[in-house]
Amino acid sequence: MNIVACVKQVPDTETLIKVKPDGSGIDETGIKWVMNPYDEFGVEEALRLKEKFGGDVTIVSVGPARALETIRTALAMGADKGIHINDQAFEGADAYNIAAALAAAIKGIPYDIIFCGQRAIDDDAGQVGSVLAEFLGIPQVTIVTKVDVEGASIKVVRPIEGAQLLIESSLPCVVTAQKGLNEPRYASLPGIMKAKKKPVDVKDAAGLGVTVAPKAKIAKTLPPPARPPGKIICGEEPAEKARELAKLLREEAKVI
Amino acid sequence: MEESKMAKGVWIVAEQRYGAYRKISFELVSAARKLADQLGEEVGAILLGSGIEGIAGELGKYGADKVYIADNALFEPYTTDAHAAAVAKLVKEQNPSILLLGSSAQGKDLSASLVGKLATGMATDCVDLKIVDGKLLSVRPMYAGKCYGEVAVSTFPQMASLRPNVFPAAENPKTAEVIKFEPGLDPSQLKTKVLEVQKDTSGKADLTEANIIVSGGRGMKGPENYAIIEELADVLGATVGASRAAVDAGWRPQKDQVGQTGKVVSPNLYIACGISGAIQHLAGMGSSKYIVAINKDPDAPIFARADYGIVDDLFKVVPELTKEVKKLLA
Repeated sequence: MNIVACVKQVPDTETLIKVKPDGSGIDETGIKWVMNPYDEFGVEEALRLKEKFGGDVTIVSVGPARALETIRTALAMGADKGIHINDQAFEGADAYNIAAALAAAIKGIPYDIIFCGQRAIDDDAGQVGSVLAEFLGIPQVTIVTKVDVEGASIKVVRPIEGAQLLIESSLPCVVTAQKGLNEPRYASLPGIMKAKKKPVDVKDAAGLGVTVAPKAKIAKTLPPPARPPGKIICGEEPAEKARELAKLLREEAKVI
Repeated sequence: MEESKMAKGVWIVAEQRYGAYRKISFELVSAARKLADQLGEEVGAILLGSGIEGIAGELGKYGADKVYIADNALFEPYTTDAHAAAVAKLVKEQNPSILLLGSSAQGKDLSASLVGKLATGMATDCVDLKIVDGKLLSVRPMYAGKCYGEVAVSTFPQMASLRPNVFPAAENPKTAEVIKFEPGLDPSQLKTKVLEVQKDTSGKADLTEANIIVSGGRGMKGPENYAIIEELADVLGATVGASRAAVDAGWRPQKDQVGQTGKVVSPNLYIACGISGAIQHLAGMGSSKYIVAINKDPDAPIFARADYGIVDDLFKVVPELTKEVKKLLA
């Protein structure tokens, strides 16, 4: 089976995000960079399918030089090779253009399934996986918590409001991974050593034949809106405080 | 011809299931109406489903001028292939300037697919929409709400998906013209199929749609202690949520998790019990209209975000709160 897993390098979730004073973006000094957690589920699922069916796993990532480290992490987990799309033109690019780059790279290799994370925890946009499917002309199943491959089709579980859907799709297709799909493995020390020797192709926009045509941009980055300070409810006993809270929720907030 | 001279209209894609509108549809129409009024344009709504002709006109109540409807068995239940193909076809023909969807389970899937089919840009999960110089500027949280972005789309339609329960649904009655359109569905192009719908039997609203949520975190100390949370939730008609700590400990199922790697919720009232308020949790409930924190640690970060806080033992406070609420609502 030929499996592709797309990964993005993002700031660790503990990162204190500092907005640049001119609103042009965030200050990247001192950021700890990690693999997007949702992409980890995709890589793990890819590796499990490889273990079950044989074949290989290719990691593809769009990102600057530092993103190579994230590709190596996936290789250390057990993936076989990587494609690093590194071009200034893609920095800050929107989902449409990132997907165009991924599609151009993936088109050139055999694939049965392509995993993406359901969204990246930096921009929280959640579009690339779907747009990639559109570019490749293949179906997509998004935000899935279970994957079963049977022959030429795939069955997935997709939670929605108040229900879970069992969906079947033909292959090849794009699957975007949701938390709960699996528990990603840690890279072992031997894995990390082996990863250093696994091949990573570096591509740029010209090599892929992609011209960036911007559609969306972040015109301004702002700090989050301030919330007015709240009140700590005083009282001698829990019962007293509870009574006061209930009263405030009823009469002041009017939410009960 | 300049595209901006051609693209006109503020459109939405309505969401319905089995012939009943989901609340987000009304929020979308109301948001679109506000934008359209500023632009001097019309509000159009797209409605896909099976046996839904009877409900089409209802969107007029919230200000829709036109409702474009396609009624076909292949639209129910929702699949990306059927819905995205139909919406893309109509949008390419009619060329609206703005296209809004809900950032609901269906909306997330459909809107992302449309970004590809329409070769445009989209601001995901927006909490505010503005018109600046005749163009849409969408405001949305990023980095789990640690900062916000104002997004501008330079192509048409300018797309945005709206976070549910943030934009108010406001009645603004117009007589909506209902227009049937031919979706041009090709069954051979529908590559995915819904095999089964496993309904959640809890009888409670989904977290992402709940008006009130009572959540328990690490301070709950164990799964058996959630009984007091569930009792409070029952008297409030609320849905029970959990922090990542509780889910990772196996106390509560993944679907209950609120937070950066869980669900994003926007209830009117969020009661956090024994939850410290790590930034990743706040990412999931920061849009709540009112936040209550009950935690015995006075330094818990959640108190900085709460509207009302009680620094005390939740095992004593929560049952008392249940009693007091019962009295009030009796």
